[in-house]
Amino acid sequence: MRALSWLYLALLYAFILLPVGALVLFSFQDGRLPVPPFQGFSLRWYADVLGDRRLMAALGHSVAVAAGSSLVACALGFLAAYGLARHALPGSALIRAVLIAPIAVSTLIVGLGLLLLVNRLGLPLSLWTAGIGHVVINLPLCFAILYAAMGDQQRSAERAARDLGASEAQVIGLVTLPMLAAPLAAAFFLSATLSWDEFIIAFLLTRFEVTLPVEIWSLLRSGLSPRLNAAGSLVFLVSVAVVVLLEILVLARRRR
Amino acid sequence: MSDRARGWGLVAPALLWTTAFFVVPFAVMAAMSLARLDGRELIWGVHWDNYAQLAQPHIARAVVVSLEITLTVTVISVLLAYPLAAIIAFRVPERWQRLALLLALLPFWTSYVVRSYSWLLVLSRQGIVNQALLGLGIVQEPVTLANTRLATVTGFVHFFTMLLTLTIYASLRQLPPNYARAAADLGASRLRTFVHVILPLTLPGIVTGAFLTFVLCIGDYVTPQILGGNNELTLPQVIMVQLGRRADFPLASALALVLMGLVALAYLLSSRWLRIDRV
Amino acid sequence: MTASVTIERVVHRYGPQTVLHGVSLEIGAGEYVVLLGPSGCGKTTLLSILGGFASPAEGRVLIGGRDVTRLPPARRPTTTVFQDYALFPHMTLRDNVAFGLRMAGMGRAERHARADRQLALVGLEHAGAKRPHEVSGGQRQRVALARALAVEPDVLLLDEPLGALDLKLRRAMQDELKAIQRRVGTTFVHVTHDQEEAMAIADRIVVMRAGRIEDEGTPDRIYRRPRTLFAAGFMGEMNRVPARAAGGAVQTPLGTLPVAPPGEGEAVLCLRPEALGRGGPCDLGEARLDGAAFLGTHWRVHLVPERAPDLRLVAQLPPHAAPGERLRLSVDPAEVTVFPAAAEAA
Repeated sequence: MRALSWLYLALLYAFILLPVGALVLFSFQDGRLPVPPFQGFSLRWYADVLGDRRLMAALGHSVAVAAGSSLVACALGFLAAYGLARHALPGSALIRAVLIAPIAVSTLIVGLGLLLLVNRLGLPLSLWTAGIGHVVINLPLCFAILYAAMGDQQRSAERAARDLGASEAQVIGLVTLPMLAAPLAAAFFLSATLSWDEFIIAFLLTRFEVTLPVEIWSLLRSGLSPRLNAAGSLVFLVSVAVVVLLEILVLARRRR
Repeated sequence: MSDRARGWGLVAPALLWTTAFFVVPFAVMAAMSLARLDGRELIWGVHWDNYAQLAQPHIARAVVVSLEITLTVTVISVLLAYPLAAIIAFRVPERWQRLALLLALLPFWTSYVVRSYSWLLVLSRQGIVNQALLGLGIVQEPVTLANTRLATVTGFVHFFTMLLTLTIYASLRQLPPNYARAAADLGASRLRTFVHVILPLTLPGIVTGAFLTFVLCIGDYVTPQILGGNNELTLPQVIMVQLGRRADFPLASALALVLMGLVALAYLLSSRWLRIDRV
Repeated sequence: MTASVTIERVVHRYGPQTVLHGVSLEIGAGEYVVLLGPSGCGKTTLLSILGGFASPAEGRVLIGGRDVTRLPPARRPTTTVFQDYALFPHMTLRDNVAFGLRMAGMGRAERHARADRQLALVGLEHAGAKRPHEVSGGQRQRVALARALAVEPDVLLLDEPLGALDLKLRRAMQDELKAIQRRVGTTFVHVTHDQEEAMAIADRIVVMRAGRIEDEGTPDRIYRRPRTLFAAGFMGEMNRVPARAAGGAVQTPLGTLPVAPPGEGEAVLCLRPEALGRGGPCDLGEARLDGAAFLGTHWRVHLVPERAPDLRLVAQLPPHAAPGERLRLSVDPAEVTVFPAAAEAA
């Protein structure tokens, strides 16, 4: 029974890690096809990708859209969470439902709706429109994380600060925000990761300047290539770096 | 400023954003689904023509294919993920559990595009599986794996096994260990402990994960497009076709609403056990 | 740095429910007052009204003669020690204690010096650089106290401050709280549901029930001569014996006692366990032993009186000799209180 468990674990890990393992391994392929046999280690495909102006531009766009949309989503999410957690508002259950709703809808539908709106208003498609879409899907997440973090301990500390003479601005600046540093960072990096990886909204709402997943998509037509492996590995490794960073952050907080 | 006014002031930006860029677009889409395309000209009004197109074989077929794929994927993913989550939760030593989970979820954190492409490396005619089969002499000719439903299902199962491992692991960890001990103490075998105690208590976690799987799977365009090819289209693929060269926005809107209807139906069927608020 | 508190006919409602029914109370400057009562009696609400965290529907609150009823917490001469301490987890203990001084605009060096003095007052002079999660529960409690005292409030409000501590630590902290209050001279208003804690620290106890004050006075007075049956029961263990007024005395199944009855008709006689069987002047007949436990300071025994075999009495007997099978019951009428029976139903 015990041995069987470990065997199952090993098989599932192989299944889960095989494709990305192949992706990363064959990005170092010294040959024209990213499939076995492995013909030797080479960094030339990375050099190729890093020297590709279109891919590098797309990478820059992705970073800008991820950072910008996450910043906006965190700011809006924080304000809304603070408002709902600290003030008794009529219909607060409905407000929460509306703010959370986009998470339950396919991103395809969010993107399509925005595309129709942008078309009707006669606005041009750009990184801005894609960024707006990313805020729409990340706002529920940021709101939920921050709302859940504003628990009794937080409320009680804010009350103590007021009792000791702090103004509302001082309460937020000296108590609320510092106490929420970890969940704020978590919300920011989580939504940055999701925006970085997001395809369909970016695909529907950008035109001339595109994000990295959209650029990779257009390269897919030419079939398997170590160059695509290298580009994909870069996308993957950035996400993993952010997630590992988040994990360390959470662990550090646990330990306290 | 009154307490309530300040509260509204804080909530307003997020509420306005969601209204302007989610609720209003949704209303436009709903109106669009009832409009009609006459040549290239858009005629607003209440026409049911777009919904009537559901009767067309290729569209009806897409709905069926989407449902078949989604249900298959959901069932297989739950069956694969539950033992994995249980092994991590109960067999792996406490201090290694977070690492084990992180590792099992690594590819979760990457774009659908990149993940689907990486499956092509495994499943294509020159891919790893075919090379292995040829090398072992099991087949003489490469087998067609990519551009099939099998490939789509594999890509999906890969992703959702990770997602479900996370949600099931979370609900397993929330179980106080004394429940299982109490059941064992009262004479239940391991199997009976599982069936009568652990499974019912983790059901909400399973259903929540399965619901998420359903929502994300049925709405995904990338995986079937890259791995399944154009042999049989899913509903999102048909929607994207309308947006492409034909630019039939009314039909695309109607089909998007049908897609939402399917999700709503799944929500109603599973709402009894859902714990969306805990996700 | 101390002031009197006047509470005038304060009424408070949560929605349709009235939780304070016109409470009035005078607290002298420098007094240590404990609000005592079961959960839901309104004691914490009353404390919130003093602190400015709730505002009463009717009535006034005066501190040092000044009406503060409508002032926010920050502008009152009060500070609160919260039940969960509410320490700021991201600040050192020194910064926690100095927070109120910082809000008052005091410079960094001076407020840190003041904070260190406050920490020394509670025995934490070496822990200023630590964070709340690095110290024990009892130490957190002291930091919360030091933080609230650092701004030199006229009135310190304590909301179940010892509730989160284990019994032994709680008893030790009681003495310390009392000693600190003596040293700083600030008026302390302390809320608890633990009558032993109340008796250990209060100059005056205010017993509350269902939004009203049942009794107030020194611990000694409330324990020995409670004004209501509820106060009597809440302050400690109690034998209740049915009785009725008979002329200028009360008649009980155990005999007639020369105690002034509260009125005509049915009554309840209350006897503290330690008042029974100590050779008082009033004989209550023989009793049979029905179980005994040695508790160190005394024997706690269950007795069945011969004159009323349906009754069960609890008594405390001296620790040096094991109680015999039978003993003679007697009581001092001065240790007995009688209430109208109608009060019991209420």
